[in-house]
Amino acid sequence: MTNAQLEIQIILSLVAVACALPGVFLVLRKMALISDAISHSILPGIVIGFFITQDLASPLLILMATLTGVLTVVLVEYIQKTGLVKEDTAIGLVFPALFSLGVILIARNAGDVHLDVDAVLLGEVAFAPFDRWMYNGIDMGPKSLWMIGTILSVSIIMLMMFYKELKIATFDAGLAASLGFTPIGIHYGLMTISSVTTVGAFDAIGAILVVAFMIVPPACVYLLTTNLKKMLIGSSLVGIFASITGYWVAHVLDTSIAGTIATVLGLLFFVVYLFAPNKGYISQWYKTKQQKTEVAMLVFMLHLANHEDESERNINHLQEHINWTKQRAKKVLKLASQNNMIEIEDGVINLTVKGLSFTEKAISYISDNKNSELEGIKQNFFLFRG
Amino acid sequence: MEDKIAIAIDDLTVAYNYKPVLWDIDLQIPEGVLMAIVGPNGAGKSTLLKSILDIIKPLAGTVTVYEKPYKKQRHLVAYVPQKGSVDWDFPTTALDVVMMGTYGSLGWIKRPGKAEKKLALEALEKVGMLTFQDRQISQLSGGQQQRIFLARALVQNAAIYFMDEPFQGVDATTEKAIIQILKELRKAGKTVVVVHHDLQTVPEYFDWVTFLNVKKIATGPVAQIFNDDNLTKTYGINYKTSIVE
Repeated sequence: MTNAQLEIQIILSLVAVACALPGVFLVLRKMALISDAISHSILPGIVIGFFITQDLASPLLILMATLTGVLTVVLVEYIQKTGLVKEDTAIGLVFPALFSLGVILIARNAGDVHLDVDAVLLGEVAFAPFDRWMYNGIDMGPKSLWMIGTILSVSIIMLMMFYKELKIATFDAGLAASLGFTPIGIHYGLMTISSVTTVGAFDAIGAILVVAFMIVPPACVYLLTTNLKKMLIGSSLVGIFASITGYWVAHVLDTSIAGTIATVLGLLFFVVYLFAPNKGYISQWYKTKQQKTEVAMLVFMLHLANHEDESERNINHLQEHINWTKQRAKKVLKLASQNNMIEIEDGVINLTVKGLSFTEKAISYISDNKNSELEGIKQNFFLFRG
Repeated sequence: MEDKIAIAIDDLTVAYNYKPVLWDIDLQIPEGVLMAIVGPNGAGKSTLLKSILDIIKPLAGTVTVYEKPYKKQRHLVAYVPQKGSVDWDFPTTALDVVMMGTYGSLGWIKRPGKAEKKLALEALEKVGMLTFQDRQISQLSGGQQQRIFLARALVQNAAIYFMDEPFQGVDATTEKAIIQILKELRKAGKTVVVVHHDLQTVPEYFDWVTFLNVKKIATGPVAQIFNDDNLTKTYGINYKTSIVE
């Protein structure tokens, strides 16, 4: 691995973490689309900043672009507050206007410099190692590494300082306000961090990948954990993993790095969506199926409890009484006897003591939802879980 | 008779987009009452709580908590928002939500520690939810979620408690448990203000009541003012036969 390759992977990983941290809160606040809006509408800020400084890594440019990002949020909220349109429409109204303003500015004035729409949208991280920071003739490393490193450090410090405030303002803005934590201030703080991160990252990886880094890792980890800290750490790790995997895939296929990373992220989400232990598709499918059998078992046990007559409880006449297919009846019988709910004597099915008390408890749970004494049963059956 | 005033509201008007939701409210809540705020949908009940708590800025009027502005008295007040106002899929546990009640006394930046955790566990025990402390909050029933919210308010150890429809969507056992705790709070000299929907239970649960429908209709002891006349004025329907026998 060459030095440049290593530098590219470090830059990508830092960008991934810098995006994942605010991304977690954007996803939890149901504001994922705002990152898309910011990533596009910073363009006029970048262009104007570039005209003034002629340097894509200048602090003034970053400041201008960040202000445009925050302005986007302010405009979206202002339009939304008029009550005439909903938030998604407001986002759709604001960012194309600002973005195209940037496009016009570039086309009119910057046709011959290193700043075009493609560079902003897709970036080119492969060139990042060539733009180096020379200090007194000493090579300090790639400029983008320094830029994104600084932004990430600030992000982490802010997150550590205001973790508690971010959490309460995100979970319960009303309580946060009543306790004096000014949710609006926290909101704009988060928006500013998101804007700065987008600006700092776009030169290396482009606006589209910024959106992917902000949204996809948190969305993946959201399906895997129920702990905010783990979600922050997990999202960062997913982002790093996708960066490095994507980089080498792009290397082998000789194609766009940003493109492969975004694709890897998409595939990762698909895999997590399928296999996540509780919220995943397969787990949900299995749960629903299991629930059906359990409800059937309950119905069956009710039938047993309600009928004294042996003919109603004969194993060979079950089908005509409950009207189930043979397969289903077998499944239900198996589940019930596995749990010692029934015993079969001379072809006649009887509820055991356990079966009888379970039936009574289950009925009372379903009818009045008092579940404190049923915690034990919950472990064995899906039926009683939320 | 209680003579100290916990909350004093003068000429309070709140508007959303220039449409008044609360109109010229004058209301004094005496210390130590267990008060219900009743009124039809859209009467401004939640808005009244939110403007007392400085969550909504009023168009006009003042609110004082023990004779000082709310901003100086935050530590005296605990708030239980409507259960539906938060996202219960948020990645956090029951204990963690209760811990949030301690954030106010911690102030900015400082993190909760062992002392705060101990307080939170005590509050969880009071509402009978200790065994659920590590449960992810979406895995709790509606009643359990409401108990968690109550525990979070108890942790604040406030003098005044505001609750927005704490009985909405909870089972009968939880409702009884909550009202039990509210009555204990009153016994301990706390003031409790509850936005309430079920008119039938007002005389049983509360000793003070405020009728609200954009304007304040009446306020006072349940025994004196909870009658057909005020119900009719508030709800605009004749209540003679339906509620009070």
